[in-house]
Amino acid sequence: MRSRIYLPLLIFIAALIGVQQITSYTGTAYYLTQLTMAAYYCLVIVGLCLMIGYAGQISLGHAGFFAIGGYLSAFLTTYDLTPMKDDRIISFLAKAGFLWTREDLYGGQMLIFQPWAACIAAVLSAVLIAYVIGGPVLKLKGHYLAMATLGFGTIVYRIVLGMTALGGADGLSDVPPFKILPFLEVSGEMSDRVQNYYIAWGLVVVAVFLSLNLIHSRIGRALRSIHGAEDAANAMGIDTARYKLYTFVLSAAFASVAGVFLTHYNGGIGPSEASIMKSVRYVAIVAVGGMANLWGAVVMGTLLNFLSLRGYFGTYDDAVFGAILIVIMLFVPRGLLHMDIVRDLKALLSGRDEEAV
Amino acid sequence: MLKIRNLDSGYGRLKVLRKVSMHIAPGEIVTIIGANGAGKTTLLNTIAGLLRAREGEIIFDNRDISRLPAEKVVFLGCSLVPEGRQVFASMTVKENLLLGGYIRQRRERKGAMKAGIEKVYGLFPILMEREKQLAGTLSGGEQQMLAIGRSLMAQPRLVMMDEPSMGLAPLIVKNIFSIIVRLREEGNTVLLVEQNAKASLAIADRGYVLETGRIVLQGTSEELLMNKDVQRAYLGRDLDVEMKI
Repeated sequence: MRSRIYLPLLIFIAALIGVQQITSYTGTAYYLTQLTMAAYYCLVIVGLCLMIGYAGQISLGHAGFFAIGGYLSAFLTTYDLTPMKDDRIISFLAKAGFLWTREDLYGGQMLIFQPWAACIAAVLSAVLIAYVIGGPVLKLKGHYLAMATLGFGTIVYRIVLGMTALGGADGLSDVPPFKILPFLEVSGEMSDRVQNYYIAWGLVVVAVFLSLNLIHSRIGRALRSIHGAEDAANAMGIDTARYKLYTFVLSAAFASVAGVFLTHYNGGIGPSEASIMKSVRYVAIVAVGGMANLWGAVVMGTLLNFLSLRGYFGTYDDAVFGAILIVIMLFVPRGLLHMDIVRDLKALLSGRDEEAV
Repeated sequence: MLKIRNLDSGYGRLKVLRKVSMHIAPGEIVTIIGANGAGKTTLLNTIAGLLRAREGEIIFDNRDISRLPAEKVVFLGCSLVPEGRQVFASMTVKENLLLGGYIRQRRERKGAMKAGIEKVYGLFPILMEREKQLAGTLSGGEQQMLAIGRSLMAQPRLVMMDEPSMGLAPLIVKNIFSIIVRLREEGNTVLLVEQNAKASLAIADRGYVLETGRIVLQGTSEELLMNKDVQRAYLGRDLDVEMKI
């Protein structure tokens, strides 16, 4: 049983290594940049897939959590604390090793947060916010939940767009690299491209591993039961409210981690990361992947984000994802990978609608 | 086993139950009959902890459960077969049963789950045949059996059933009701809510008549079956017409 769960994970890891090897032999290592970015979006999508596909709760605000992670860590690692050096709290933080000095673009000295400290603060904030708003919001169902999360996403978007401290429409830039280990660094440097590819996909592998364990446990079964018949799940003695909240918080944590890492990788973040279209895009990809299908979400997330980031959709980028959502909902509501091509062809040939059977 | 005193309950500002009092002794089958909208389902959901009681008390085995959440109530040994069956359609029969034992699963060994499932299969052999089938593909009668089996997985002492006959063919209803009798023979206590008064009074020891949120009548099944008001309102006999003839 266990091996059947983990086999796809091993194949996935092998494929990741294979792709990296191929790009290095064919001299197309530049693809790794977009694949790395796609990996971080996949991380958001894995969390959202748990939320939508398994617990059956829609969220149209996950770009908000991504942005909370990204913006907070960008802000803390670029905001110069030098003027407040003598403040008691700041000097305490400096002594405790949370701060460091860095040379800015013009050769001056900046006193800023260590990236790891900023990362922890950002992810904790996102988790806390998810926990606080999740309680009341997850009492809502269906359209109402969609509207409420949409509202949350909009609020985050307007805040990052409107606050001058967060750079307004320009966003924040000059975010320093994030040294995870002495030899591992999240940065956009050419020379770090391969290791960043592995850092990003390593995170996705960890997230998928955690999610697979969750899905195939007693708790996972409880989550799927919420999706099926929430009242009956309650009657079975499943604390549905708590599990919905935990899933929401977990998916927010995934999204904020993705936000933090991608921001360090790109060296900055802009308000478009918090936009509603981003949230819709994540939901669309989970739908294309087949809702309750983690691997479908990962594969589609990689493919579509990669194509989008390479610019294949051109100016129609957002329109493409909107269209995908409509087409999937109309024709293959169970997701592309669920399409039974043989049966569909048979139905076409015999001219009968076999769905009715 | 279960004592309810002056229970008030409802949804939001809407009060559905008013001063409901009733009791069930161990080993009894007690039925609550009443028309649509009388508050039967509200009563069961309030006992099960799905709805919060406004006032009054619900004593289960000497413990007030009126303010406990559903998972505590199930754990104490009182489980609900919800109205309209509500099986987890996209999950297999076996997974449905495992979810029924959800509250026990953390605390007990794996063997206990297996024994529970065996017991349910003993009661409903058809479920064993359909073990790997998705619950949504079962027939209505089979789904009702699954819903009952699922509730038994929590090893309840009191099983509450909300309209098990709903939408089923008469032959299947007979089958389901004979199983309820069998549950009692095996030591369970059953609280049965029904619109089908004839069928439920036939197997119950006692009954309560619920009308617009109040208990208006109670008695043994024989007494209720003989009662003229019950006959007219719930058993479909038109006495006026009969007298004229």
